[in-house]
Amino acid sequence: MSHSTVTGPPPVRPTRTPRTPYLLVGPALVLVAVFLVYPVGNVIYSAFQQQNVLTPWDDGFVGLANFRQILDDPVFWKSLAFTGKWVVTEVSLQLVFGVALALIVNEQFRGRGLARAMVFAPWAVAGILTTTIWMLIFNPTTGITRYLADMGVVDYGTSLLSSSTGAFWAAVIAEMWKGIPFFAIMILADLQSVPGELYEAAHVDGAGRARRFWSITLPHIKNGLVVATLLRAIWEFNNVDLLLTLTGGGPAGSTTTLPLYVAQTALKTKEFGYGSALTVVAFAILTVACVVYMKLTKMGEDQS
Amino acid sequence: MSAITAPAPAPAVAPADPQRPRARRRRVVWRIHGPLSLYMLFTLLPFYWMVMFAFRERGSSSLLPKPFTTENLKYVWVNGNFSQFFLNSMIVAVLAVVVSTIIAVMCGYALSRYSFRGKNAFQLLMLSTQFIPGAMMLIPLFKIFQGMGLMNSLWALVIADTVFHLPLSMLLMAGFIKNIPISLEEAAWVDGCSRFAGFRRVIFPLLVPGMVAVGAYAFIGAWNNFLFAVMFINEQSKFTVPVGLSYMLGEFGVDYGSLAAGGLIAVLPVILLFAYVQKYLVTGLSAGAVKG
Repeated sequence: MSHSTVTGPPPVRPTRTPRTPYLLVGPALVLVAVFLVYPVGNVIYSAFQQQNVLTPWDDGFVGLANFRQILDDPVFWKSLAFTGKWVVTEVSLQLVFGVALALIVNEQFRGRGLARAMVFAPWAVAGILTTTIWMLIFNPTTGITRYLADMGVVDYGTSLLSSSTGAFWAAVIAEMWKGIPFFAIMILADLQSVPGELYEAAHVDGAGRARRFWSITLPHIKNGLVVATLLRAIWEFNNVDLLLTLTGGGPAGSTTTLPLYVAQTALKTKEFGYGSALTVVAFAILTVACVVYMKLTKMGEDQS
Repeated sequence: MSAITAPAPAPAVAPADPQRPRARRRRVVWRIHGPLSLYMLFTLLPFYWMVMFAFRERGSSSLLPKPFTTENLKYVWVNGNFSQFFLNSMIVAVLAVVVSTIIAVMCGYALSRYSFRGKNAFQLLMLSTQFIPGAMMLIPLFKIFQGMGLMNSLWALVIADTVFHLPLSMLLMAGFIKNIPISLEEAAWVDGCSRFAGFRRVIFPLLVPGMVAVGAYAFIGAWNNFLFAVMFINEQSKFTVPVGLSYMLGEFGVDYGSLAAGGLIAVLPVILLFAYVQKYLVTGLSAGAVKG
């Protein structure tokens, strides 16, 4: 950065900086520059191009045509609406259950270590594997509905994934299975930082369990909750593995999020120019949503 | 009062309940064990379901793996090519772990032991890359790997997995190194060790648990990656386990015993590793450098 000013030595020279730290971070910097920073630039560049692997002879600069096409694309608007619904549903459910789970495993009881390991285990499971596992449960021949049918509760052949409401809730539950542990892990770290004396003092003053939660626990973990919610929202927005493999975005595109639409454009139609434009738009929407969220929650303003 | 009954200086310990022990135990059951059992049912039942189908003979409708069989596993491993997929996944994950851990230690050491110009900018860059979604990097990475002739090469997956995991690994590693007192190193320098020798003899042994934790995260991430693998690999002989599974999902309904067995093969390494590293989870992943 400062090397660009070639005229004379820099006005203020801090202590002599050794070469070693730059040699140490160099390889990482190169990797990240080539495989993360450059691709981001490339996506922005490609958004203004027509690029299709299947029809390379038509490639070239097309100005804002891709973006105009997005505005007229019903799939885009539909997937945008679904993205909002998906993220809000997932994050709010994970918030409620994640906090509850964290509060429970933060208590003292015998077998706590084992219990933690067991309830957190789905965190380590891949999206595709989550699909595999839940597919066996949702499927009419292997799943819960088959045993319910044996008991006469539902009809044989009932598939949760064939209706759009059913597919939505099936995906929500499967994603919660993997997401709640993650939320709980983050909240648990905050819970452990609440000083125990506060609870003792409140107990001496006669505060009940609920009162202690509202007056001590919640204020202490508030910042952590705000951060965890934001991170989960970004993750649920970006994550495509589960939906791609569980519902395939269906039935009839009813469970397609914006990034999933991007992935499908890249994987199937190979329209890289249009896909890049979608990427840029999706990223812009995500950024704006994050900034609005941070403003609304006053994140980072009160450093307590 | 609480000084006598509260066990150890653990945080958030409720003071002793003045009521009789039996009533107290009943309340603990209602407050902790009841909801926890329900949640465990939700967590563990899906795992059980998969194990049951993997070991149950076809056509049985028992809720236990009866009649018991290992045919599904054998079939998937041999006929379903999962031995090959497993090997591919192992190669990718192990290489990604080795490369990302080495680089993470280098960066972590620089970040925690030196102050240098551009350090904050570098850290900010690394943190911000955490928010770049993999799905949105598909197209440009496809073009890069095509240009490098790495399509259908496991190296493409190693590189992509390493790069995506590197920022988290190095930030965690910087935290681990910061926790080792610098006075230990200084003592080594006084005794005539060079900077590198000091690192190798003093820091490295203390850093092993941290490296194992960071490496385990990298392994889980690389082992689980599906999107890159399905985008950059088309040849069946190069498939990783998740890609193999996704093709089985496509033919699902035909053979769910094999699907369950394939899932079991895919989940085993990850669950074993998880059992080992889960104790680092809460402390390690809380620094805001979090990614699912």
